Amino acid sequence: MSAVEAPTIRKTALNAVHRQMGARMVEFNGWDMPVEYPASLGGGIINEHMAVRTGAGIFDVSHMGDIKLAGREALPAVQHISMNDASRLAIGQAQYSALLYPEGTFVDDVIVHRLGEDEYLLVINAGTREKDFSWVRDNTRQFDCVVENLSDDFTQIAIQGPKAVNLLQKLTDADLSAVKFYWVTRGTVCGLKSILMGRTGYTAEDGFEIYIPSDEGTSAFVWNEILIAGKEFGVVPCGLGARNTLRLEGKLPLYGHEISDTINVWEAGLDRFCKMGKPEFIGRAALEQSKATGIHRGLIGLEMTERGIARDGYKVLDSAGREIGYVTSGSPAPYLKKNVALAYVPKEFEPTGTPLRVEIRGQGVGAVVVPTPFYKRPKK
Amino acid sequence: MPYPTDRKYTREHEWIQVNGNSATVGITDYAQQSLGDIVFVETPKIGAELTAGRTFGTVESVKAVSDLFAPASGSVTEVNGELASAPEKVNSDAHGAWMVKITLKNPAELDALLSASDYEKFVAEEAGH
Repeated sequence: MSAVEAPTIRKTALNAVHRQMGARMVEFNGWDMPVEYPASLGGGIINEHMAVRTGAGIFDVSHMGDIKLAGREALPAVQHISMNDASRLAIGQAQYSALLYPEGTFVDDVIVHRLGEDEYLLVINAGTREKDFSWVRDNTRQFDCVVENLSDDFTQIAIQGPKAVNLLQKLTDADLSAVKFYWVTRGTVCGLKSILMGRTGYTAEDGFEIYIPSDEGTSAFVWNEILIAGKEFGVVPCGLGARNTLRLEGKLPLYGHEISDTINVWEAGLDRFCKMGKPEFIGRAALEQSKATGIHRGLIGLEMTERGIARDGYKVLDSAGREIGYVTSGSPAPYLKKNVALAYVPKEFEPTGTPLRVEIRGQGVGAVVVPTPFYKRPKK
Repeated sequence: MPYPTDRKYTREHEWIQVNGNSATVGITDYAQQSLGDIVFVETPKIGAELTAGRTFGTVESVKAVSDLFAPASGSVTEVNGELASAPEKVNSDAHGAWMVKITLKNPAELDALLSASDYEKFVAEEAGH
């Protein structure tokens, strides 16, 4: 008999803090993560979601991975492995992008940050950390650049919401008003020097993601300082539950749901982040061909018109009851107070207003195609 | 949270309160707490027949879908219509926010259910596993 290795559940440096706060913990992509905090702390998915839409919320997102590419050919390397045009990035700027397979489908979606002249940081998803790192390393061997996996070096905390900037400003000497959306800066945070702060997030709201040293003491200290400084803004600790409903309202893709190794860029509707005009990148040829032969399905937004909640994996039916597609993510949308879903359906069902059904426990429940994103933050 | 002693409990976290031949059914405080914010309650229609141990409806929170299991067999005489528009009542008062009332078919089925103190022990074990 061979010994079966027990799968190890990974923990972020803030794990003990979450447990102490009484968070309900779940396993997510091999990580022991908070799904929501107790009502006594202002938590619960709906409260957490609303705090981010109206004030501020903080998330431990240290399960996200970080890959650094540095060296003379770092830019050509990043260009080769990602679909957006990294040559447009000024130092301190970031962009949403994706790593693609030669088929034009997704290895992962990423945020590419340009930190220096020849230095880039890719922030990647938790569930794909190891896969992404090997993939990046293997596909950049021909370039003169060093690829480093920095995933375990950082505790990553997301401070999100219309008041996030005011909150973080209390804790740093950097002038955050000068940092535009999808730009980064460095500054002292809670007395820690040269902390990277990016005006990025996964909530469809304004906010920052900060990268602090990953030892438990420092991580807990900063987390608590943010909660104290955020009191006047109604800050609430937020778990993966609210993270998911927030990103769904904003139609931000989740790997394994809206994007995967069987879904291509055109189907996912991420055209504007895919720069076919730039030099060759992995997946480009297949995407060109896909465009020429035609795209047959697309990602749509659905709003339930009858009583029922669409959930991930549920079937989508046409008005005659025939199965035409499936829900990739579905949930109540706490801010919009509607039940919404994202789904893949054939092109002819994409127009706004198309009446469809979602099969819920054997019943076809009414839904309609609506414009996406479901939620857009108000412009100041 | 003390569990009321005027009723019995299932291992699937429903409670049933018997009053003569009829009984009221809901979910426990432990159930509402593990589900989180409840946003949807689906109950059967009046006249529907419940079978002990079988599902008879659904409770959904923002994150999860959970079946309701019948603590006893019987036919539905009343449903709590208030929960259709205010499902969050289950969070605020799980032991008061009942879901259905039934006429018991076989009251002896209740002998198999847990008392309040046994249920309390059961959830303590489940929570501490």
